[in-house]
Amino acid sequence: MAYVAVKGGERAIINSHRLIAEERRGNPDLAELTISQISEQLGLSVDRVMNEGSIYDRDLAALALKQAQGDAVEAIFLLRAYRTTLPRIAVSKPIDTTRMTVRRRISATFKDIPGGQVLGPTYDYTHRLLDFALAAECGIGKPEAELADEPLDSVIPRVIDLFDGEGLIEADISENDEEVFDLTREPMSLPAGRDQRLQNLARGDEGFVLGLAYSTARGYGGAHPFVGELRLGEVIIEIVPEDLGFPIEIAEVTITECQMINQFRGTAEQPPQFTRGYGLTFGHCERKAMSMALVDRALRARELGEDVRYPAQDEGFVLPHTDSVEANGFVTHFKLPHYVDFQAELQLVRQLREQREADQAKEAAE
Amino acid sequence: MSGPGNKQCDTGDGYSFAYLDEQTKRMIRRTLLKALSIPGYQVPFGGREMPLAYGWGTGGIQVTASIIGPDDRLKVIDQGADDTTNAVSIRRFFEIVSNVATTEQTAEATIIQTRHRIPEAPLQEGQILVYQVPQPDPLHKIDPRENETRKMHAYAEYGAMQVTLYEDIARFGRIARTYDYPAMVNARHLMSPSPIPKFDNPKMENNPAIQLFGAGREKRIYAVPPYTSVRSLDFDDHPFEVQTWKGCCALCSSTVSYLDEVVTDDRGGRMFVCSDTDYCNKRQADRALTTETGGIVAPDEGAKL
Repeated sequence: MAYVAVKGGERAIINSHRLIAEERRGNPDLAELTISQISEQLGLSVDRVMNEGSIYDRDLAALALKQAQGDAVEAIFLLRAYRTTLPRIAVSKPIDTTRMTVRRRISATFKDIPGGQVLGPTYDYTHRLLDFALAAECGIGKPEAELADEPLDSVIPRVIDLFDGEGLIEADISENDEEVFDLTREPMSLPAGRDQRLQNLARGDEGFVLGLAYSTARGYGGAHPFVGELRLGEVIIEIVPEDLGFPIEIAEVTITECQMINQFRGTAEQPPQFTRGYGLTFGHCERKAMSMALVDRALRARELGEDVRYPAQDEGFVLPHTDSVEANGFVTHFKLPHYVDFQAELQLVRQLREQREADQAKEAAE
Repeated sequence: MSGPGNKQCDTGDGYSFAYLDEQTKRMIRRTLLKALSIPGYQVPFGGREMPLAYGWGTGGIQVTASIIGPDDRLKVIDQGADDTTNAVSIRRFFEIVSNVATTEQTAEATIIQTRHRIPEAPLQEGQILVYQVPQPDPLHKIDPRENETRKMHAYAEYGAMQVTLYEDIARFGRIARTYDYPAMVNARHLMSPSPIPKFDNPKMENNPAIQLFGAGREKRIYAVPPYTSVRSLDFDDHPFEVQTWKGCCALCSSTVSYLDEVVTDDRGGRMFVCSDTDYCNKRQADRALTTETGGIVAPDEGAKL
């Protein structure tokens, strides 16, 4: 009999690691990518990996991308597994996005806004024509954009705050000193507070959150969103060390913030007003920030007394399924051997078929 | 770039003993104590991201990492076998990060991490069986909303599960559940035994070993303390039954172990062999020995409690 027990798993695994290293390197006649090349020239990829990997470190994210052959989900996983081993030294003070060094800032609600509309770097109005100049051997040299005549204001108010005086939009939730939920240290618990929800969405898979956001605007959620404001730029991170007692600056990070305005028809208790959905990401991730803001708003359905009728409004559906590391792990685990359970099912199906045949024979005889 | 080099290290490669930092281990040990105090109750814990994929044993790995010490001897099985790729990978992980001794022999192990099987050889006091669990809540298939299932557990409202089993009987004439067969622990909490075949369910009851269940992705831990009642759900007129086979293991002739079906050719050739490789190897070795000395083939031992 030709049965050979499946032995040698260990050697196979080591060999497979060597093979993947070889594939990752590609043609050795070509120069090897450096981390700084990835970080500089594949910046949006790096931003996504930092964002869903929940750690602001461009070099580590670039390394993860190199190691993962550019597979974003795999790179996010690498970064998360590293991040979880890091000590938690301090919790930063809330960032103030009105003090952001703005590079891009747009609003869809007003033509002109205090501080001005700033288009900044965006693919929005590029024609998506493949640029063969980028493929040319000689490269593209050093493209440079012209500087504006005068710098932007150092403090640029948020568009959404302009309504505040009229009560047309719900008030910003006031700052409180309660400890913020930390999804990376505590298990998710439903119903989720907004801190938990926003952390979950910020770490969530961009594609999944985008799809959910899309569904809310296609009748599965009844969203009528307006981009109150979308801004991109650098903010200062501050912490207050216990022995100092006053804040010190520890970093400057790039973030994208989206304030989405949604209609709310009001209830018996509350007059009609606009409501908020909020999105914030590391790096330049507009698609993600907007999707996050839409889903955040959809998930506020219960809080606002709306019927929870669609998937994007149901936190029990949304929040446990956003995480790409979890989803990827579980879906791909079906590759693992399941032959014990399959044997059990095989036996059952055979029994059920036998019984069916017997029943049919009996019926025919009668 | 911050690298692992500047962190406190025990194993010389920049990571703590058994990978997890001591704070995390302490958090998990507390969870384990709570789980042992309320048999079968799913205790939420702050599960960490592990360097292995979710769904591939991260819950079991975190539990093992929290209880393992330098003097332990670890056995890792997947589908009952020590040499399946994921078992090899997890064993290697612990060899690298904790440098503990490993074994393939059930009797020698102090900790056994398993996926989908309980070893055939009876476990002893002092041994710990760590299960990898993909979906800790047996009620999840009845209602995927955790808010609801938590209430059902709190009120011990398990009628819905009994009804789904009854529906099987009405439709198929039998309970059509072959693995991950729900069991009542300590006459209080309904528990998923993890996707072990129902063949293994009776082994959980009154077991002298400690049984710990880790679900990493779902961030839940639960436990069955030694000598605890674990009753598989059934009906008086449809009592719980385990799988049986007509033949015996083609390698060791066992008639009481769980058998895997192996396809031997493309003309419908099949053979059945033990899924528990250690049990099977041991029996084959014993048999070779007794045949050499002219003795009688050892009868099946230990496969049924």
